[in-house]
Amino acid sequence: MHLDVNPLHEPEGYLRYVRRKGLFLIGAGFGLVLMFLVALAVGSSFIPLPEVVAAFLSPSGEHISTIVLHIRLPRVLSAVIAGAGLAAAGVVMQSVLRNPLSSPYTLGVSHAAAFGAAFAITALGAGSISHLISDSMVVRNPYLITICAFLGAMLATAGLLLVAKYRSSRPEVMILVGVALAALFTAGTTFLQYFSSADQIAAIVFWTFGDVGRATWRDLLLMMVIVLPSLGYFFFTRWDYNAIDAGDETAHTLGVNVERVRTLAMLLSSLITAVVVSFLGIIGFIGLVSPHMMRRVVGCDQRYLLPASCIAGAILLLGADMVARLIIAPAVLPVGVLTAFLGAPLFLYLLIGRSAV
Amino acid sequence: MILKVAGLSFRYNGLKILEEVEFRVNRHEILAILGPNGVGKTTLLRCINTLLRPQAGSILLDDQDLLSLGRDEVARLLAYVPQRGETGPILAFDAILLGRRPHIGWDVRREDIQKVQAIIDQLHIGHLALRPINSMSGGELQKVLIARALVQEPGLLLLDEPTSSLDLKNQIEILAFLRMIVRAHSLTAILTMHDINQAIRFADRFLFLKEGMVYAAGTREIITPELIREVYGLPVTIAEVNGMPVVVPGLDHLQATETSLSAE
Repeated sequence: MHLDVNPLHEPEGYLRYVRRKGLFLIGAGFGLVLMFLVALAVGSSFIPLPEVVAAFLSPSGEHISTIVLHIRLPRVLSAVIAGAGLAAAGVVMQSVLRNPLSSPYTLGVSHAAAFGAAFAITALGAGSISHLISDSMVVRNPYLITICAFLGAMLATAGLLLVAKYRSSRPEVMILVGVALAALFTAGTTFLQYFSSADQIAAIVFWTFGDVGRATWRDLLLMMVIVLPSLGYFFFTRWDYNAIDAGDETAHTLGVNVERVRTLAMLLSSLITAVVVSFLGIIGFIGLVSPHMMRRVVGCDQRYLLPASCIAGAILLLGADMVARLIIAPAVLPVGVLTAFLGAPLFLYLLIGRSAV
Repeated sequence: MILKVAGLSFRYNGLKILEEVEFRVNRHEILAILGPNGVGKTTLLRCINTLLRPQAGSILLDDQDLLSLGRDEVARLLAYVPQRGETGPILAFDAILLGRRPHIGWDVRREDIQKVQAIIDQLHIGHLALRPINSMSGGELQKVLIARALVQEPGLLLLDEPTSSLDLKNQIEILAFLRMIVRAHSLTAILTMHDINQAIRFADRFLFLKEGMVYAAGTREIITPELIREVYGLPVTIAEVNGMPVVVPGLDHLQATETSLSAE
């Protein structure tokens, strides 16, 4: 069959609609850049925006330049990478599991990754607490921690996929499985803590509060190496998620290898979660909230939803971290506490809203 | 395209669903797969669309074995309209555009958009284009899903009970429309159906399944009261209205059923 097209008949209405979405994405991108600069400016000492930009353009060894490039930049970049990564993981999980309540945090994947990382720190000695700064932990072997976090995340993911495949992938079932997995792995982490020294316990506890401020340049690099190509892959396969959203059978007849796309998407989402959790701790709800916010604005089409959610995730985490830095200044609140305050009500709203239908 | 199915057998967990199914459909033709519930009509359709892999047999489309082709190749040859698609708040235009996926490389081209517009024009569904599909009626949604299948530019079109959730007017509209498309684009179409009378009206060939096997296949002439009784276990008479054969359930049987129901 061949369809003859009439090049003179352009679908004006649709093209306008597409342009509007494109403009929104560009606008959101600018918003992120602005937020990025503001986040560099705000802190225990305020640095005016022009000076922030100047520090970038001509890095000198001066005081301001040092604060911007060496103290604040890794923190702000971490927030951007982690926010975008967690949001993408949330969008993709929600699509391939066909479940609007999915996210690394609500399905227990984050907790499993945290258990894996805690295991690496305590049992395998991959990290220890620093006595110079009492609330931070020195990571001796980030690769080992990431690998263990990933293995933990994979365990949870395998459990989720098995239940979805052989039992039911109904949203309620998946969330309950997520609750069970989170409880199980939290118990595992508690078990590890019981056999740890007081110092180690302190380290693990502090470390499980999500905090974007603890990543070093080396950690940041590893996060980027894993998160950015994963985002690229997700975006490359955006049509496959659209097809899966239309039903497995439809997707198959559109040439999509549903099983493979689903497994790979879950695998990469777990990997993103694992690397973020191992360097920053548990940051909940960003992966759940960002896709839902953006779905209201750009709709369900993954061509727009994926990039929009990534931007929203980055902005949200940047914003939350700024508030966390200022709310009880000069002390800094771990951002994970704030995202939980932000996300938990929304999660409840979604749950209750669904059951009312 | 000419579809030839030969020796097709499908088992699920050791249970025979389809056995030695054999039939052929020519270009320009609509084949209706008929038979009682649970006889394997949808399974047969899913074997042809390669979602299910039959244990034996071949499915030749213009002498190419579909079972040996890759997913994308199959997706460019045939399109499938499921009985019920998932419906999110997606615009009809985007839902139809999804049908271009087998042809899309990195992103949609202008041509893809124009093809969607072309099919929307052909189906006269311009008024639906910018509406979300989850707000549509059964008939509207069915048209959008058929448009998605057609924009795939397939040679073979498969439809699983395309009229099952539609009222009479919409049923006729969709089927007449399908026949028009099949003729205009030299397509081959296979659909599963429950309504024999609609099938008689719109299909060119008929395939009756019984216990997973082909009980009878051919053109309208094969449809006799005996055949229907054997396949559906229901005595019928075939009347003629305006030159069209019409299958009417036997009155004796109806009365017998009613009596046995009222006796309980």
